[in-house]
Amino acid sequence: NQELTFLTKQEILLAHKRFTELLEKHEKEQIDARVPIGRIITLPELKSNPFKERICQVFSTSEQKDGSLTFEDFLDLLSAFSDSATLEIKSHYAFRIFDFDDDGTLDCADLEKLVNCLTGETNDAKLSSTEMKQLISNILEESDIDKDGTVNLSEFQHVISRSPDFVSSFKIVL
Amino acid sequence: MLLHFQYQTLCKKIIYICMCVCVCVLDEARRRSKNRRAKAQRKTKQVSDDEDEEEDEDEAPRKRGRRKRTKPQDSDQDDEEDKRRVRQKGAKAPRRKAANEERDEESEEDQGKRKKGGRAPSKQEKEDQNKEKKGNVKGKDETNKGSEKDKKKKNGKQTSSSEDESEDESDEESMSEGEIAALKEQVEEKKKLIATLRNKPWRMKRRLVLLKEAQEFVEKFEGALGKGRGKKLYAFKVMMTKKLIKFNRDFENFKTACIPWERKIKEVESHFGSSVASYFIFLRWMYGLNLILFGFMFGLVVLPEVLMGLPYGSIPRKTVPRSEQDTAMDFSVLFDFGGYCKYSILFYGYYNNERNIGVLKFRLPLSYLLTGVGIFGYSLMVVIRTMARNANEGGDGGDEGEFTFSWKMFTSWDYLIGNPETADNKYASITTSFKESIVDEKENQKDENIHLQRFLRILANIMILCCLGGSGYLIYFVVKRSQDFAKMDPASLTWFQKNEVEFVMSLLGLVCPPLFETIAELEDYHPRIALKWQLGRIFALFLGNLYTFLFALFDEVNDKLETEQELKNATEWAIHEYNANYSSYYNTTDVPPLVVNPADAVRGPCWETAVGIEFVKLIVSDMQVTFLTILIGDFARAIIVRFLNYCWCWDLEAGFPSYAEFDISGNVLGLIFNQGMIWMGAFYAPGLVGLNVLRLLTSMYFQCWAVMACNVPHERVFKASRSNNFYMGLLLLVLFLSLLPVVYTIMTLPPSFDCGPFSGQDRMYDVVMETITQDLPAFIGTIFTYATNPGLIMPAVLLMVLAIYYLNTVSKGYQQANLDLKKKMKMARDEEKNRRNNKDSTNQVMKDLEDLLPNKSLIPPPTEEDKSTKMKPGSAGKGVNLQKEVSLAATNPRGPVAHPPRARGGPPGHLRGPLPGPGRGRGRGAPPRT
Repeated sequence: NQELTFLTKQEILLAHKRFTELLEKHEKEQIDARVPIGRIITLPELKSNPFKERICQVFSTSEQKDGSLTFEDFLDLLSAFSDSATLEIKSHYAFRIFDFDDDGTLDCADLEKLVNCLTGETNDAKLSSTEMKQLISNILEESDIDKDGTVNLSEFQHVISRSPDFVSSFKIVL
Repeated sequence: MLLHFQYQTLCKKIIYICMCVCVCVLDEARRRSKNRRAKAQRKTKQVSDDEDEEEDEDEAPRKRGRRKRTKPQDSDQDDEEDKRRVRQKGAKAPRRKAANEERDEESEEDQGKRKKGGRAPSKQEKEDQNKEKKGNVKGKDETNKGSEKDKKKKNGKQTSSSEDESEDESDEESMSEGEIAALKEQVEEKKKLIATLRNKPWRMKRRLVLLKEAQEFVEKFEGALGKGRGKKLYAFKVMMTKKLIKFNRDFENFKTACIPWERKIKEVESHFGSSVASYFIFLRWMYGLNLILFGFMFGLVVLPEVLMGLPYGSIPRKTVPRSEQDTAMDFSVLFDFGGYCKYSILFYGYYNNERNIGVLKFRLPLSYLLTGVGIFGYSLMVVIRTMARNANEGGDGGDEGEFTFSWKMFTSWDYLIGNPETADNKYASITTSFKESIVDEKENQKDENIHLQRFLRILANIMILCCLGGSGYLIYFVVKRSQDFAKMDPASLTWFQKNEVEFVMSLLGLVCPPLFETIAELEDYHPRIALKWQLGRIFALFLGNLYTFLFALFDEVNDKLETEQELKNATEWAIHEYNANYSSYYNTTDVPPLVVNPADAVRGPCWETAVGIEFVKLIVSDMQVTFLTILIGDFARAIIVRFLNYCWCWDLEAGFPSYAEFDISGNVLGLIFNQGMIWMGAFYAPGLVGLNVLRLLTSMYFQCWAVMACNVPHERVFKASRSNNFYMGLLLLVLFLSLLPVVYTIMTLPPSFDCGPFSGQDRMYDVVMETITQDLPAFIGTIFTYATNPGLIMPAVLLMVLAIYYLNTVSKGYQQANLDLKKKMKMARDEEKNRRNNKDSTNQVMKDLEDLLPNKSLIPPPTEEDKSTKMKPGSAGKGVNLQKEVSLAATNPRGPVAHPPRARGGPPGHLRGPLPGPGRGRGRGAPPRT
């Protein structure tokens, strides 16, 4: 399935190895075994990522929306975060990840959550509410081109595509 | 064994997965066809019934429909989609056309977001048509049908229904004629799709796999079909392309497997973020470059001399002189690259000036010169190419500062960070950067006490200039003194006196950067600007040191040249005397040549070797200092902090000494200057490149280990961003600066008369002249003389200057055009915004206004113009970015005025059913023009 991902054979094999490590004994025989979100986010690559839950949810194909991943979802994830994935695909997934309530746009609530994610959990690091308001309004000022109070995908991609270091930082490698 | 077994099981599993997928595909295909047949029978039924059934049981098409959807939306949109599709289905055949048009318009409207939305229903419809056709024409076989359907699915959106109908007819009548061409086309499309499949952010890997497998399936059938029609060649071609693709992929895999240290770098990357990793990537790149240079040097110069040249001890230049022979094997001498080292292939002096050597008649001197210069040429080419590529990737350049906040927001997280500590630092730095930027925004520049600040900055700069001057003088002084030392008896000198120059230079490189950093505190710049200043200053320091060193060296070389001249005269005189004596003594004219043991021969100082030795010593001491700094500054510090922390009065880890950070800029600059010295020294010491390869190799492993073992992530995590090209720019500058002295010496200084490949010549480049006049046909020689004629060179230079001027002007023009376009886009955007805002309330007013405006017709062009003119600068080189803009502009479904506001305001609603929720409405209303 190299045609479908940006990964090389070695990477896929490695991913498979890592993935089977996450599975429990009896699951290893199953082909479409799912790894629950709790175990996925213990991966060292994701452990300290503030968006780990979102990432799992975005890439999960589970019916119950519990964020569990099959191997293919897992590959999908790695592919999108791989070195060679295009800016377009990366920005698309980034948008999905930032879109916390899955409504297809980034509105104020999403942005607020995003800022909170970025500034960490600790209380002293948090921005005050006025700062937050200021920040969000600034962001909307910049990137909300049609001035409808939200950032939609194309606006988001527009902003992202100009950014010099998005591609280099939106990466996860096993 | 065990490993092998594991691998096998793994492979089996993967194969199994693939097979499963295949089976799924088969299943689905079967189900689909069954459905179709059932549908055909049921065709006469009420449409509404059909609808229901469609929704309930027709799983397959729906799945496919979802697959088609490039951008998976949330489920409610899916529902919406279904409803729409159903509604469309409900429409009778005559109405279908209208519906289609309707939909086209509509899909135009919300194209950006829901491109696939339009496609899915139309495909559905086509399927319908297919089914009908099936009812009529039962004769056609399954595969044909499937492929056809797929094809249409592919053509999907842009073909309107009318076309479809005509196509249907043609299909029914002339299946055989157009079929082949269509098939081919379709196969091409499929291939394209397969190639670009991964570029699409579709949901669900499974779907992707299914789609791909289905395509391959169909393709296979196509091949069979083609063969049936006697197109064996075609089938063969298909097969070959498949093989080729597979081979390419394997090759790609192989290539990535061959990249060294990939895992190591990724490990570092995951701990320290992309900035530290960028240093190691740079180091690896440098290693590759040096490896190639080493290949040149070794293959074209060193190896021929070793294999075909005279062996050691045969001629004076290859022999250790008698006076030095006692100590030639002493370690201290060897370590200073004296003794046997000095008379080895490592250095210039060893090479013989014989024109051809060995059975191959290898022209060593010529090869030496060309390699020496070629190394520069090659490095220049590589550096510039890399820079150009980086510039293309990073592209852009333009609107910085336009999206500062959004960038901070959306792109500040480095997803590579896998280390909690780094993550904490990152959180902190992001928070501070947010706060900073807010503050910046609030009070753009609060210039309190600007005089004090200015004064401090000037003071800091003066101090730094003093430092630079001081260090330059110190080096000059030391080099001068070392020349005095060199004239004294080497036995009476201490180790320090012998290695003073290198020692002082390394020390300066070690002490000055932190000093600069301390001074820079005074200036109170923003950290990013401060970093740039710091880099610039260190750069100036290194450069100054290097050049002082060089000038001092030149003094020495001139001294040596004088002594050499004397020596040469003395030797000639001695030989002359000898000849005269001999002939007078024996009274004969054929004098046997003077036989002297090569070790006893009188020899000149051979300044080239001396320069080479200086460089090698410099490199070696630099290497030692670097490694020692890492060992002491990082490793020892880490150990002390780690273990003394248990019994210390304050927290060492958090407090004063703490762990060291990885100093990216310093390391990169060190690497760059090291490379500069290699470039400069390589001509005089061919072994230097090999030495450097070793050095880089060890430093790769050593630094990787050190950074993982004893460094902590940065407080402020800088991004790799565009600094890569910044480093490259520095490298280019250094390359150029190191090119200068080498070329100067080649062109102006006379080579030593008794050592090196150019001995006996007036200038080094005479080798080239000699080859041209003697070995090449005469006409080339004349051509060469014409070409080097000043009369020809001057116009050439003039032409180049003119070309540069012209290109410069053109690029300025493009920049201007870019700016204009940007302005235009902004205007158009504003226009659109106004229109939307005013759509309902002031629609009439706006229209009136537009009527009144004389340049009403001027407003529509922007989209057209945007597209056409944007292509121009795009082709001028800023490909990536502008390409994007073009595509963005193209996806913009409507020009600002192309549809007057009213036309799209109303009607389509009745087909679209209940108006979408607010979220979606927004999404749709927003044109994807960005």
